[in-house]
Amino acid sequence: MRLTDAPAAEIVAQAARLRWQCRRGMLELDLLLNRFLEVGFADLDEASRADFVRLLGYQDQIIHDWLMGQAVPADAALRRLVAAIRAAMRDDRANP
Amino acid sequence: MPDPLRPIPHRRFDALIIGAGGAGLNAALRLASADLRVAVVSKVFPTRSHTVAAQGGVNAALANVLPDDWHWHMFDTVKGSDYLGDQDAIEYMCREAIPTVYELEHAGVPFSRIDDGRIYQRAFGGQSQNFGGDQAARTCAAADRTGHAILHTLYQQNVRARTHFFDEYFAIDLIRDEEGAILGALVLEIETGETLVIEAKATLLATGGHGQVFRTTTNAFINTGDGMAMALRAGVPLMDMEFYQFHPTGVAGKGMLITEGARGEGGYLINGDGERFMERYAPRALDLASRDVVARSMVTEIREGRGCGPNKDHVMLRLDHLGADVVHRRLPGITDICRVFLGIDPAEQPIPVFPTAHYAMGGIPTDRFARVVAPARHGPEEIVPGLYAAGECACVSVHGANRLGGNSLLDILVFGRAAGTDILQYVAENPNHRPMRDADIEPALTRLGRWDRSGEGESVAAAKADLRKLMEDHCGVFRDDATMAEGVEKLKALRQRVEHVRLKDQSRTFNTARIEALELDNLVDVGMATLMSALHRQESRGAHSRVDYPERDDEQWMKHSLYARDGDRMDYKPVRTKPLTVESFPPKARVY
Repeated sequence: MRLTDAPAAEIVAQAARLRWQCRRGMLELDLLLNRFLEVGFADLDEASRADFVRLLGYQDQIIHDWLMGQAVPADAALRRLVAAIRAAMRDDRANP
Repeated sequence: MPDPLRPIPHRRFDALIIGAGGAGLNAALRLASADLRVAVVSKVFPTRSHTVAAQGGVNAALANVLPDDWHWHMFDTVKGSDYLGDQDAIEYMCREAIPTVYELEHAGVPFSRIDDGRIYQRAFGGQSQNFGGDQAARTCAAADRTGHAILHTLYQQNVRARTHFFDEYFAIDLIRDEEGAILGALVLEIETGETLVIEAKATLLATGGHGQVFRTTTNAFINTGDGMAMALRAGVPLMDMEFYQFHPTGVAGKGMLITEGARGEGGYLINGDGERFMERYAPRALDLASRDVVARSMVTEIREGRGCGPNKDHVMLRLDHLGADVVHRRLPGITDICRVFLGIDPAEQPIPVFPTAHYAMGGIPTDRFARVVAPARHGPEEIVPGLYAAGECACVSVHGANRLGGNSLLDILVFGRAAGTDILQYVAENPNHRPMRDADIEPALTRLGRWDRSGEGESVAAAKADLRKLMEDHCGVFRDDATMAEGVEKLKALRQRVEHVRLKDQSRTFNTARIEALELDNLVDVGMATLMSALHRQESRGAHSRVDYPERDDEQWMKHSLYARDGDRMDYKPVRTKPLTVESFPPKARVY
């Protein structure tokens, strides 16, 4: 089932769950992940949404290194997602 | 109120630990290894605790790189505290640092090493040999991710020791009986919205700091002072809350730290007129003046209308004269932050900066066994039965008015361990759970039920944003009587407003808006503790720096502040100047 086909309450619950998963131990991750959830997540297709959930399962330090450009995920899907999260933060700079 | 048809479930453990950072997990490991039944409650998955962000390292006088002695470490810590630290606790911490680091090494923390295999130690500011002599090298690190390494190691060891984790549970409040003993806590499962009472013979608060009370902070979103506020509501005062460490250069509007190394490499600050303003405030030291001087100078420029940007609310840090090679090679972390969050290359464009809130020296008052102590009939330090606190939420007090680099990870580890050790003994002496009545749970249920009221009202987000701005403007790095007195009045008004905040979303499952509302309550309480303590301390000491009282005043103010929530009252207690086995270090001017 696509997320958009799910009952409204389920979509809201999933969004809330993801929002809590974006609460991390590092401020940099809080800012980047929450920004992406607000502006980028809705545009993702089903597979990419699953990738985002998968990304959130990695350790903070690893996600940090990817998002800050200090390391690159081996997985191509995660590489695309990391680029999208960084791009969402770039858009944010127009409206700090 | 409890629904008679759906009574709140109870679970019983020997020990309850609220918070799963370094302090909580180190205590839990000690207890679970001794076969106690241990519950750890954490609002996020444990390895997402803020300890993961600690890059620096752990101080311990191992003398692996340069000569060292725990007594020299103690001297540096007492001096760094601006003589407000309790010398018995400081002696204990500096002595225990050595076995604590070895214990972590044996638990599997991958410390960086020197060629002969021993733990590498790097030099940090404020470390000396021979009581103020040559630079010492005292900080043990696991590359630049020490906190991450420690947190993951402790978590894995706890899983092995069968610690019971309540992940994504939010603690509402402590439960105490009529005699003031702590019986456990009411917690909320975030996923289902269901409440649970966890009964414990001993409860440890290890919830970390509260940087989110300030608009610009290095702290993660989770750092909302939950444990401190729970202690306040349980009638325990908070100690030395006016002492909060700010770094002069955080990314404006975001908070991430731009390390002092940037100014060390030759970076300098400019105001909205393009003027290098530190020439006026510190003609000799310029941009390398002490942290509080630089931070206050920046805010003074902004207050006087010489800030940068459309709102004139920050200043700029220039590195562009240093050349791309120096900036990119020597300051790679800053380069990454600027690229990702600002979209600029710091070798080409200046960085918008503002002082950023980093670390709380104050917190829940404890003794060196991590037992919470509060004024009562028989003196200022009576033990609260069954309650412990450790880590940034606690004030033991080893940091006094200012913390040294490398001493915060040490604090959480040593006193987390100490809490575990003392709880073992406490549970042995108090083998039964004290009886809990429904009436004991009611105050916590009332706090939760308050957020069930629906209707029109302003939003949590708006009230939180106003609180953070208020705290930054009125209790940040620029402090004088008028600014802070105005802040207290505004905060009292905001506290009233928060009573009328309503939640639109009244659903049970994964209602994060409700959690954020509960966090807002906590931030308001710790905010008031901070502002009141700062307003009343009429001197400058360590991180508390006042324009109207620029000097340290040992005669009147060498004492700890205690803020009680009931009536917003201030009280004081003496500093413990007598160490355990060595001579006391008497106060001296703090010159580096």
